[in-house]
Amino acid sequence: MAGLIGASIKRKEDPRLLTGRGRYVADLRLPGMLHAAVLRSPHPHARLRATDASAARALPGVVAVITARDLGPVGRIPVRLGPRPSLEACLQPPLASDRVRYVGEPIAVVVAASRYLAEDALERITVGYEPLQAAVDARLAAEAGAPALHEALGGNVVERLLTQSGDVAGALAAADRRIRERFVVQRHTGVPMETRGLVAAYDAGTRLLTVWGVAKVPHWNRRVLAELLDHPEHLIRVVELEVGGGFGVRGEFYPEDLLVPWAAMRLGRPVQWVEDRREHLMAANHSREQLHDVEIGVRRDGTILALHDRFLADLGAYIRTHGVIVPELTAALLPGPYRIRNYRCEVLCVLTNKTPTGTYRGPGRFEGTFVRERLVDMVAGALGLDPAEVRRRNFIQPEEMPYEVGGAALGQPTVYDCGNYPGAFETALAAIDYKAVREEQAAARRQGRHLGIGLGCVVEKAGLGPWEYARVEVDGSGQVTVYSGAASVGQGLETTLAQICGEELGLPAEAITVIHGDSALVPFGIGAFASRGAMVAGGAVLEASRRLRAKILALAARLLEARGDDLVLDHGRVHVRGAPGRALSLRDLARAAAPGQPLPPGMEPGLSAQHFFEAPRMSYPYGTHAAVVEVDAETGQVALLKYVIAYDVGRAINPAIVAGQFVGGLAQGIGGALYEELVYDADGQLLTTTFMDYLLPTAMETPAGVVAKILEETPTPLHPLGSKGAGEGGSSGAGAAIANAVADALAPFGVVVNALPLSPDRLLRLILNPGSG
Amino acid sequence: MKPPPFEYHAPPSLEEALTLLREHGDEAKALAGGQSLVPLLNFRLARPRHLIDLNRIPSLDYIREDDGALAVGAMTRQRAVERSPLVRERCPLLAEAMPLVGHFQIRNRGTVGGSLAHADPAAELPAVVTALRGALVARRPGGQRVIPAERFFVAYLTTALEPDELLVEARFPAPPPRSGSAFLEVSRRHGDFALVGVAAVVTLDEGGVLTHAALALTGVGPTPVLAEEAARVLVGDRPTPQAFEAAARKVSEGLRPDADLHASAEYRRHVAGVLARRALARAVEQVGGGAR
Ligand SMILES: Cc1cc2nc3c(=O)[nH]c(=O)nc-3n(C[C@H](O)[C@H](O)[C@H](O)COP(=O)(O)OP(=O)(O)OC[C@H]3O[C@@H](n4cnc5c(N)ncnc54)[C@H](O)[C@@H]3O)c2cc1C
Repeated sequence: MAGLIGASIKRKEDPRLLTGRGRYVADLRLPGMLHAAVLRSPHPHARLRATDASAARALPGVVAVITARDLGPVGRIPVRLGPRPSLEACLQPPLASDRVRYVGEPIAVVVAASRYLAEDALERITVGYEPLQAAVDARLAAEAGAPALHEALGGNVVERLLTQSGDVAGALAAADRRIRERFVVQRHTGVPMETRGLVAAYDAGTRLLTVWGVAKVPHWNRRVLAELLDHPEHLIRVVELEVGGGFGVRGEFYPEDLLVPWAAMRLGRPVQWVEDRREHLMAANHSREQLHDVEIGVRRDGTILALHDRFLADLGAYIRTHGVIVPELTAALLPGPYRIRNYRCEVLCVLTNKTPTGTYRGPGRFEGTFVRERLVDMVAGALGLDPAEVRRRNFIQPEEMPYEVGGAALGQPTVYDCGNYPGAFETALAAIDYKAVREEQAAARRQGRHLGIGLGCVVEKAGLGPWEYARVEVDGSGQVTVYSGAASVGQGLETTLAQICGEELGLPAEAITVIHGDSALVPFGIGAFASRGAMVAGGAVLEASRRLRAKILALAARLLEARGDDLVLDHGRVHVRGAPGRALSLRDLARAAAPGQPLPPGMEPGLSAQHFFEAPRMSYPYGTHAAVVEVDAETGQVALLKYVIAYDVGRAINPAIVAGQFVGGLAQGIGGALYEELVYDADGQLLTTTFMDYLLPTAMETPAGVVAKILEETPTPLHPLGSKGAGEGGSSGAGAAIANAVADALAPFGVVVNALPLSPDRLLRLILNPGSG
Repeated sequence: MKPPPFEYHAPPSLEEALTLLREHGDEAKALAGGQSLVPLLNFRLARPRHLIDLNRIPSLDYIREDDGALAVGAMTRQRAVERSPLVRERCPLLAEAMPLVGHFQIRNRGTVGGSLAHADPAAELPAVVTALRGALVARRPGGQRVIPAERFFVAYLTTALEPDELLVEARFPAPPPRSGSAFLEVSRRHGDFALVGVAAVVTLDEGGVLTHAALALTGVGPTPVLAEEAARVLVGDRPTPQAFEAAARKVSEGLRPDADLHASAEYRRHVAGVLARRALARAVEQVGGGAR
């Protein structure tokens, strides 16, 4: 249907979700199903002595207690993105056998008739722990002589990364002004409304193992499971079901992804495990914790000459599926939208006795953007320039595109494909009315009120390949189905893909069924991460739809005895232009395409087409966040008054969905800026294991009337529709913009804002003792 | 996060509830709105053998005037108090504090008695009843006693209730004429337990001199804290910014709060003073405006 791409139609998935008909993994009930609960280490670091599960096994209703010994020699969970030999020694085993390295590490699994009984049984397992000294602070953990987590590694530094271009030392020496600062981004993570969960069932007759609740990267997870279980891939079926949020965290392969299927196979009964919130906060990937020591050199007019960063990434106790890509991406994208010819970034990837880490929406960009954009504001402050002006003087200009930054991540050199950074920036400034806010700020200051405005310019990356798969098919009743290898984490994937297909096939989105996340129905696929749905999965659906369209028209041309370019495909029918009576429905055509029917020469039977869309390079969407805050200087409370995001996605397939991504991402960015922190005490105990301690922003903490300016100024040449990803830009600039706004509000106090989150306690401490940053 | 096993009782009358409580004593817990107790059960931090559900006892659900005080039955939902015109009229401090308790979803279930019996030092209701010098009515089989608020809150999550007693009513005395009140707090997010909260009550004489002041603080000690020294310096004075400032200093000086994840002791001490100053000013404004 013409005009479908670009239309803010309502989401196809919402009627079932809003009427309570969505089926999540916790809703699944199978006959004879058992329930699992995981015994987790209460110690950050300990040697394990004897485990005694006899009292737990004796409890009525308990079917099995599984320890590492029962599991036998299974492998460790491999790295999915960016494997390196150096990481092998620190991969996580599904169950700890002789040592635990973080609070929450799985030690045993109880399988029982109910989750209640399973938890009763957990209390009856005794484990002999011999506590070891923990390495908690990454700075100390990186030093020689710190308690070592993995003996094979020799120390806790698992990897050193170096990115470099130009001559940083020379350029710094030549700078008019050098500014050094230390920045801390706190440990926090994605907390989807639906926690993780799995149901596994094994059919001993056919040897088919089915696992429900496999999200994000189902096909990859099937492969890992096949290898760890030594069970053929084709005899494992993975099914996604509805997914209540992913954010990078949910759907990676975790210990439970092996343990639950293993138990179902061994016990011959279906097993369900649904993570509770406490488990989620201690067991699912943490993210973001970095400590940057950075120096910038500028000319008197604000031109950036050099940037030198040395940072520590605290990766927790094991290397999980994301390897070291979060620090890698941080380094690759730290220069952002600015022309920085001399750049050097040295990264220490450090292991500590804390929950292992992975990606979280905008991985590396939330962190790096905070560091860079705060630094730009500090430059402005030091030179007495307007922070907006300093940015204008440094933006890479549209005519410099494509622009090679100098670094690389995931094996790809960072080359910005296209962009108009000043354009998005000026749009944001106009939308927030920068000049008027500055005047308001001056007036408020005269009354003793502290308003601040902050900017955060973002360059994201999106559309990580390597490829995605789609098949589009007309069935015998004339209905169109899209089979996509991508996964849904709640981002409206079905709607977006239906719009792309509908545009090509002349159908409304409601008429198209989108199937994904079931390995029995979709043989190939990659999944949902890196803002890749619209770009990579969309590209596959677009091309498969175009091929199908061509096939439909070729077949119709023959049957209607007309020329292909005289035919119109619309509303599920093909007719001859100017002769609406000479027509065939898709149903007629599907039947005419059945095997055994006379087909045009060379045409395969079946009205379907498939395509693997390859995406060898990523795209770099970009934008500007602008925030206005008021700080109560007596209590340290921050009120977010106004928020604007101007962000270029190249081509918005469904602008309402894109805006939803911005606002939802922003809510998480606000969490990272003001509220969320996974706090460990000095001994390595995790203190934030409930929602009373780990503070997620609610609707009440999100400013009303966020302005989302969706820009389509620079369609990417890497994609047939020009679309770039939209999933992460709402988060990545928020720490920067809010911190800059708060620092701006508190400028009269001379405070240094260099750490997140900006809690009232932190801010009041700064206000009362400005030197304490 | 599933509770350990317990036996569930749903007595239809107060007498039967009291009998059950006497029978099971220490091993039993009353279940009111469940908004504090159920999480404790799920975390296995509370392990009662018996749960005595009070939700089927309609006689504990009321708001009425009684002998110059506002009397609220223990099982009255917090939301009912928040919406009651009588509460707004007779006890503006309570009306002002109520919406600060959690979120409306919590207040739809949470009860007045549950909040007071739970005695969280960060909770609003204990501070309100303390600031107003109210009282709590406790029942045991065949007996009843009235406990002044200052003696009801004994320690962190601990009240003067005996194991066989139920809280049945909270009494909020009506303030004298020319009184005003205010409740202010700072919390991390909307609906969170406050880091610090202040309930302020003032009474002026006809000449505009303070004849009475009370400040009760939340989140700065194991129970609601009455800032008596600060109140003392105010009485006999005019309600000027300087007087409030002096009182606020006394408030901060007198506190020895604990730190937690969300705020340091220093933060709480400082902000208690700030809120006390602001609450006093606001309470005095209420005298002028409301003439209650
Ligand atoms: C997300 C969230 C946010 C919250 N925020 C706040 C807040 O900001 N401020 C605040 O004050 N509270 C807050 N609360 C707590 C809420 O107000 C509770 O409702 C209240 O503390 C307990 O009331 P309840 O009726 O739910 O009692 P329950 O949870 O049922 O019981 C609490 C305790 O009191 C005992 N008990 C209950 N009734 C009686 C009785 N009649 N006699 C003797 N003992 C009794 C129970 O045995 C139990 O020990 C919050 C709760 C949640 C879940």
